[in-house]
Order: sequence, then structure tokens, then C-alpha cells
Amino acid sequence: MNRFLLPLGIFIVLVAFLAVGLNLNPREVPSPLIGKPAPAFELPQLHKPELTFAPKDMQGKVWLLNVWASWCVSCRQEHPLLVDLAKSGAVPIYGLNYKDPRDDALRWLKRYGDPYVLSIADPEGRVGIDYGVYGVPETYVIDRAGVIRLKQIGPVTQNDLDKKIMPLVKELNK
Amino acid sequence: MKRLFMLACLALLAASAAAREAAPSAQDVLVEKRMVAISEELRCLVCQNESLSGSQAELAQDLRREIREQIQDGRSDQEILDFMVARYGDFVRYRPPVKGTTLLLWFGPFVLLAGGIAVLVGYLRRRSRRVAETQPALSPEEQRKVDALLGGAKEEGPQS
Repeated sequence: MNRFLLPLGIFIVLVAFLAVGLNLNPREVPSPLIGKPAPAFELPQLHKPELTFAPKDMQGKVWLLNVWASWCVSCRQEHPLLVDLAKSGAVPIYGLNYKDPRDDALRWLKRYGDPYVLSIADPEGRVGIDYGVYGVPETYVIDRAGVIRLKQIGPVTQNDLDKKIMPLVKELNK
Repeated sequence: MKRLFMLACLALLAASAAAREAAPSAQDVLVEKRMVAISEELRCLVCQNESLSGSQAELAQDLRREIREQIQDGRSDQEILDFMVARYGDFVRYRPPVKGTTLLLWFGPFVLLAGGIAVLVGYLRRRSRRVAETQPALSPEEQRKVDALLGGAKEEGPQS
């Protein structure tokens, strides 16, 4: 009997490891930016290029920075949720338009709705590098002190909003 | 028909030739060499099993540009690696630093190897003991049969 218990035990441990491993998302790399001040930048706004935006303008507010692009297919997936969230007025969403021609970006917003208080244009992806962006869409929750509290890689789902993002925003707004 | 096919092939060829991007001209071969050496050490986060130097992903191209510019600005290799790690984490390095969270990564395989050797040695010892205990000595009858079968080996004589 004992002869079978040991291999069985090893097998079960192996299966457990594989099950956990297979359910991990290899694209979700823990960001070293969590808990650090949001990198500073000053970029022209998408709609009014003569005006600029800098994260320090948002001092004292909890806000979301959503990295998007018109060429990004999964951005379309999360977009309706962002539009709804913006309508609810629960938290201001700012868009970082990443490596996108301006005309395409404007057309995309017209077509799918614009949930952003404003978008900033990063046509060369330099601010994206500072924020460690590697898979658009990405969403950052930034607190009143300008510290990044959460980074969501990939499209935001309703579940992410209900379980992670909104509870955190509420907590930070207290 | 044949001519049409050839024409289509030629058109395709021309299109692919035009689509190939010109490599950035290396005004400074040294900068380029250092850039490649650094980017070999870094993982492309878009296609994670490719190094930054080998990847054609847009982000990889941007990051190579970034590395190139930082080299031109006179930054050291270590400073550039730190720049990448500050943004993308230790995961971006193919050889992450040895620390608490990476101990298992660095030494896990050796622990597994040592475990495997220990199990193997234990098993072999137990088996040789068991063989020694349970091997029945040959009866005189069996010994005679063995001698008969081995024939030529008779000169050496039975050991037991």
C-alpha cells in the first residue's frame, strides 16, 4: 500500500503546482512602480495640443490613468466599462494615448465614446516607457499624493472594477 | 496564365522588399555594440521569450532607441540596467539579482538535483541490502547445472 502512496502523493503535489502555474497569467508582471510616485511628465493634450497636462495637476485627487490606443484591440473590450464609469462620475479618468496618430485617436474616441476628462498624446511612447507600459491597455490608480497604488495590465473587466479598482478608489478617497 | 503568376510573384517580392525597414545606420559602431550587449541581457516584455535585442516588437524598438540614446548620453551599462529594472522590474533581466524572492529561482534546480541524488542513493543502498538478504544460496544440484551450462568456465571453479 505504502508503495503506491508515495508516487500518488508526488503526483498530487505535481498536479497542484501545474494547476496553479497554468492559471497564472504570464503577462502580469508585478510592477515595481506600485507605491512609488507617478513619474512626472508634461505632454500636450490630445484635443487641445496647445495645452499640456502633468500628473502634478492632479495633486489632491484620486484618479485613473488609462493607457489606450486606437490600434489596440482589447482597448475596445474595456471601453464601454470606462464610458459607464465616467458617466457615474465615481472617479476621473485620464487617458494616455499611446503611440497613436492623432487623427486615428480622435476618430476612435468619436466612434466609441470618450470617457476621459482629457487625453494626453504620447506619440513616441516615451512616457509609456517611464510608466513601464508593455501591454496596452493598462490602467493606473493614482492617489492624492500622486503615488501609484495599482496597475492593471490588460483590459479592465467588470469584476476588476467591482473587486479591485473601485474599492481601492473608495478607500483612497476616505 | 503563367506570365500573370510570375507578375504576381514579382509584385509580392517588390512589396516585401519595400516593407523591410532600413536598419538604423550605425554612425557609431561602439554605441551599437554596447546597445546589443545590454539588450541581450534584457527580456522583451511583449514576447517574453525573446531578448530585447532580437525582438521586432514596437516596444522593443523603442527600448533599443532609449538604450542607444542613454549610451550616447554617457550613461554606464549598470545605470541603463537600473533604468529598465525601475520601470519593468527584475523580470526584465534574464539574470535577475540574487535576493529573497529569487532564491528559489537561482537555487531551486540544485535543491531538486540534490534531492534526486539523495533519493537515488537511498534506493540503491536499500536494494543492494535487500538483494544480499534475499538471494538464496545455490543448492549443490543447481551449482552442478550452472557448471554444466557454463562449460568452459569450469577451470575457474565455483566460488561457493
